[in-house]
Amino acid sequence: MSGKKRPEIWSYISWGFIALFALILVYPMFGILKQSVFNEEGVFTLEQFQKFFSQKYYSGTIINSFEVTVAVTAVTLLLGIPFAYFYSFYQIKGAKLLFVVSILCCMSAPFIGAYSWIMLLGRSGVITQFVKDLTGLRLGSIYGFGGILLVQSLKFFPLVFVYMNGAFKSIDNTLIEASANMGCTGVKRFFTVIMQLSMPTILAASLLVFMRAFADFGTPLLIGEGFRTFPVEIYNQYLGENGTNHNFAAAISVIAVVITALVFFLQKWATGKYNFSISALHPIQKKKPKGVGGVLMYLYCYLLVAIAFMPQVYIIYLSFRNCDGAVFKPGFSLGNYEAAVKKLLVRSIDNTLLFGVISLAVIILFSILIAYLVVRRPRPLNQTIDTLSMLPYIMPGSVIGIALVIAFGKKPLALTGTALIMIMALVIRRMPYTIRSATATLQNIPISTEEASISLGASKLKTFIKVTAPMMGNGIMSGAILSWVAIVTELSSAIILYNNRNITLTMSAYVAISRGNYGLASAFSAILTVLTALSLLLYLAITKSEDIKL
Amino acid sequence: MSVGITIKDAVKRYGSNTIIKDLSVSIKGGELFTLLGPSGCGKTTLLRMIAGFNSIEGGDFYFNDTRINDLDPAKRNIGMVFQNYAIFPHMSVRRNVEFGLRNRNVPRKQIGAQADKFLKLMQIDALADRMPEKLSGGQQQRVALARALCIEPDVLLMDEPLSNLDAKLRVEMRTVIKEIQNHVGITTVYVTHDQEEAMAISDRIAVMNEGVIQHIGTPKVIYQRPANIFVATFIGRSNLFKGRLAVENGQASVALPTGYQVNIDTVAPQNMAAQEVVLCARPEELLVQRDKSAPGLAAVVDDCVFLGLNTHYFVHLDSGERAEIIQESTIDSVIQPGTRVKLKVNTLKANLFTQDGSRNLLTGVHNDLDALAKEG
Repeated sequence: MSGKKRPEIWSYISWGFIALFALILVYPMFGILKQSVFNEEGVFTLEQFQKFFSQKYYSGTIINSFEVTVAVTAVTLLLGIPFAYFYSFYQIKGAKLLFVVSILCCMSAPFIGAYSWIMLLGRSGVITQFVKDLTGLRLGSIYGFGGILLVQSLKFFPLVFVYMNGAFKSIDNTLIEASANMGCTGVKRFFTVIMQLSMPTILAASLLVFMRAFADFGTPLLIGEGFRTFPVEIYNQYLGENGTNHNFAAAISVIAVVITALVFFLQKWATGKYNFSISALHPIQKKKPKGVGGVLMYLYCYLLVAIAFMPQVYIIYLSFRNCDGAVFKPGFSLGNYEAAVKKLLVRSIDNTLLFGVISLAVIILFSILIAYLVVRRPRPLNQTIDTLSMLPYIMPGSVIGIALVIAFGKKPLALTGTALIMIMALVIRRMPYTIRSATATLQNIPISTEEASISLGASKLKTFIKVTAPMMGNGIMSGAILSWVAIVTELSSAIILYNNRNITLTMSAYVAISRGNYGLASAFSAILTVLTALSLLLYLAITKSEDIKL
Repeated sequence: MSVGITIKDAVKRYGSNTIIKDLSVSIKGGELFTLLGPSGCGKTTLLRMIAGFNSIEGGDFYFNDTRINDLDPAKRNIGMVFQNYAIFPHMSVRRNVEFGLRNRNVPRKQIGAQADKFLKLMQIDALADRMPEKLSGGQQQRVALARALCIEPDVLLMDEPLSNLDAKLRVEMRTVIKEIQNHVGITTVYVTHDQEEAMAISDRIAVMNEGVIQHIGTPKVIYQRPANIFVATFIGRSNLFKGRLAVENGQASVALPTGYQVNIDTVAPQNMAAQEVVLCARPEELLVQRDKSAPGLAAVVDDCVFLGLNTHYFVHLDSGERAEIIQESTIDSVIQPGTRVKLKVNTLKANLFTQDGSRNLLTGVHNDLDALAKEG
């Protein structure tokens, strides 16, 4: 065909991406790797790794992270699967509300849960004080393992819920009827049929929760205290107040990436064992909940969602309370917001929106182009782009932050503290998700649609712009809004890259918390919460389906 | 002025795998030409080579006298209708139909008028402002056809356009397609694996198997005088009986199993020689006789199915072969399973093939492929 004679524009785009990813992904990754095995004098040494594995103080952080993450994953499954089951198999009044609120819970900024629970159950938390005054009893400490487990479980169970909803929805009602026909009903059917059919989804949801919880930085930072997890340790080693050791931070980062990659491949392997696909021609007939069971069902669903949502409501409430430094006083005012305005509120909002919009635009553009290359021009070069673009998936946010500082912290590419490096981090962090959804969308668009356009006289480029891109646009728009929320609430990489000039809302809130300005923090957090909630409501309004890709 | 398509020695390869080898065909201007064959026979591949979506590894493709091998698909002026319709889901029906004209420098006003014309022709003018997701399969099909015709293409290509529709709509739409094609008078290449659809719609049919055209002819010729056994068994159903052709005093006769001998008067002169043959009789070309002393293939009825207009009989011959017969239903009782019968062959209609099945021995076989070979 004539296309063979001169390289089409896509070849240039392919090489462009290769160059870009080499610069912003591979180069920083190698930077980290290099810093982990070369000391200040440039001599190769495995000393940092030895230090990590030989001292319980350090190796314990990975074990701690692992323990708490496994516990969180298990608890989210235990909470989320029954919730999804009730939601999918029974007509629960207010189901839509439960759904929306659950989404709001899991998309909140990473530290809001921890912060709010400290205000509720911490040493001087309202509930702690209340119980003490009433009964004289002291509640157990919320700090440490238990606190992380509580906060992360309540934050991440909606992920399991949303995933399982999708799985339950794809179960054909005739399968349920067939199993009943063969004498398998109730709990037995739940475990032998429904759970088995949902296994790939359970694995996928577990992986997602594991990855998020394992890399979560905000929660353990605030509520972990003596229970040290590795993302916090990386941060402390890199930017902490005393005794930073960049090489050591790099070494921990490498270990973290290896562990995340192992979990990722383990999940891939496990999912491969359940290689079947089902599609429901006859959706599940929802039953009416009846009797004591029905009451318990309602109680379970509403209580769970209410508890999970409480932190956000409480933060907004607190933001209107009078406050003096770390102590909330009786009475309400806008004092916290006034204080926030003095503390870079406007700049924080400006930066947040600016970085968010630019990052999102870049992510969408890149994702559409990469998806097109991968699906419509399957060549080894483009497969490489696909693989490279997935790298950030296994890199915790703080690792990406450090990698970027190492790569672009000094001349000739001194970018730290600029808007550019922030945007770079946000794009890298979020792009894999959008590429996944863009690729999936394009795979579902039959190529004949593009051929129809070409046969009607449109050039290849025109076909891409007028047909392919708009058709994909519909599919990835919904994912983009979720990316937007994730971008706005980004903490783990931003904490390493921020300064006064490129500070965001999330960072302002975090700074206020870390300095003990709780009133100020609540104002920032409240604005952030409202912003994410509005974005999500917009998202839920424009996507009618509940198949959201978190 | 309609455009003829000539294909000479077309070759299609995927790697070292040759799908189509030296295929030649000539499609006349204005005719509805169908490529018919089992799935994987290369018919869609050939269609996509004409459209320009598949590369051409060898041979020449002409629209009239213009060689189109290297012409960009966008510039071939082809209307194409896809199996899944390929309607742009993000555009209204009207925008879909106008899409082709908007890619050309046609004045806005003319675009609107032209689109209206074809929306009306396809009877979807009432749906013009709807989005495609709100349309039924049949309506989407009409949009796809209107869109393809709106650019007034030289050639219309249709790739199994009816296979996604239900049986009733399929019959309705094939009538619509036939009417529109007649009305517009555009050269059309139609791909299908459904032989009934092909018979109903085509001026001429090319039956393909494994990348090779077996027979090109009108539906009548292909059904009644198939060029070889593949065509005979692919189009309609056929009972095959081994036999031996003998010629005595200028009279050809075939000795069939169970000692039945029939005279065949239509053997082509050049084939009048003793040889092993295969007699091919369609179910309606056998007659079930209850009279056991009548001449015929001796058989026992295994099963019979009453279908109203016709009754189907499933029998096995004394020599072991199985056969299927269709008779017009009669008012008296159906023949019960286990009954011994004699089958009489309708020698006017039955076909006679060489032993390997590659050639029909009778007169009246018109295969346009042979004519083409002579020209070449």
